Amino acid sequence: MHEAPSSEELLGSVIGFLNHVAAPQLTGQAAFHARVAANALALVEREIAQRPAADARAQALYADLLQDQTSLLEALTKQVCAHIRSGELSCDNPALLAALREIASAQLAIDQPNYSGLMP
Amino acid sequence: MTALIAPLTSLMQARFGPSAEVADMTRLSGGASQETWGFSLQVHGQAPRALILRRAPFQSAAKGEAIGLVKEAKIIAAAAQTGTPVPEIIHVCRPDDDLGDAFIMAHVDGQTIARKILRDAEYSRARPRLAFQCGEALAKIHAVAAESLPADLPVSHGLDQLDRYEAIYRGFEMDRPVFELALAWLRQNAPAPLPTTLVHGDFRNGNLMVNGEGLAAVLDWELAHQGDPREDLGWICVNSWRFGVRENRVGGFGPLEDLLSGYQSTGGHSFEPKDLTWFQALGSFKWGIMCLIMYQAFATKADPSIERAMIGRRASEAEIDLLNLIEGRPHA
Repeated sequence: MHEAPSSEELLGSVIGFLNHVAAPQLTGQAAFHARVAANALALVEREIAQRPAADARAQALYADLLQDQTSLLEALTKQVCAHIRSGELSCDNPALLAALREIASAQLAIDQPNYSGLMP
Repeated sequence: MTALIAPLTSLMQARFGPSAEVADMTRLSGGASQETWGFSLQVHGQAPRALILRRAPFQSAAKGEAIGLVKEAKIIAAAAQTGTPVPEIIHVCRPDDDLGDAFIMAHVDGQTIARKILRDAEYSRARPRLAFQCGEALAKIHAVAAESLPADLPVSHGLDQLDRYEAIYRGFEMDRPVFELALAWLRQNAPAPLPTTLVHGDFRNGNLMVNGEGLAAVLDWELAHQGDPREDLGWICVNSWRFGVRENRVGGFGPLEDLLSGYQSTGGHSFEPKDLTWFQALGSFKWGIMCLIMYQAFATKADPSIERAMIGRRASEAEIDLLNLIEGRPHA
């Protein structure tokens, strides 16, 4: 098993290269895309760190909401969608709103941690 | 570009005399359905004039909801008649101009990049005026007489758009509970439609040319249609165009009260705040689906750029904004 350098170190190094070496030597669209590429890798870095806990939490929240402790996250998500669509879960259900807010916030913490909509 | 200079030069010579020349042609922006070029018109004995060519690339059909350049030019000219700040239309191209579906307009000095408008000292006088000025401009747009618009301009009200974007979302077969919640909430709370007016359709930061004194011109009319005037007021309030300045509901630069006083001072109607919130939520839902549409362009390799892919990850910003609106949170 080889873990030096770790995935995190490799990602960090490529992000640094894109931002500090590649982008300054490029112009126009290519420079812009180099910075977007660095942002994409930073997102992947956050996803690796946060996705397992975020998914476990989403599964627990949906399991409580649906009183279904056996289904997996994908199936639970489909059920939540179907129940909202059918009206079984109403738009003002506080447990639904709280669960969706927590799950959407965890997704944004990966996608765009500085997004203003996350602020209280 | 070289393919454009010859027909553009002949056109300018036909309009402005045999000494007319086209110089400094620069691509300003472009996509699959639309490109914008800046150039300098030089006529002997006159100061050079900065002009803009907006055109569809050859062999491209108008994409999605875009109305096409000739109609766009006609609407800009109609909006100018009610005093809307717009660039002067210089020429609407005919087939024998050899420039395709295109028009030529005057260049307007200023800035469209929101981060600069919201932060740079150069716009410190403009910022506090902008929301009021946007209200005035929207009232003028909504006052354009139906007779002066292209007869076949699409009609699309709030619920028509909800249907259209829901169908697109269903087609993606993605399970996004917040979008389901938004669909249910929007259907339960839909306001009755108002009499149809001209709607700009994309009135937001990025399409507003701003100078040191405020709003200089309203640009990018390709999504113009006939519909509910509240659509434009809701769209400029969507949090995605506030660029982090969330406490200023209108584009990050001003309060809703300023937008509405500008609107009403120029003959616009007064609206129920909850109905404007509905149109803002419709806007956030549409933006969330647009993010997924742009991601699809990447996924299907129609546009393999990393930028298209990354926009897909902005759908979650629409989700939190929708939750903030549905729950009635402050600064939603």
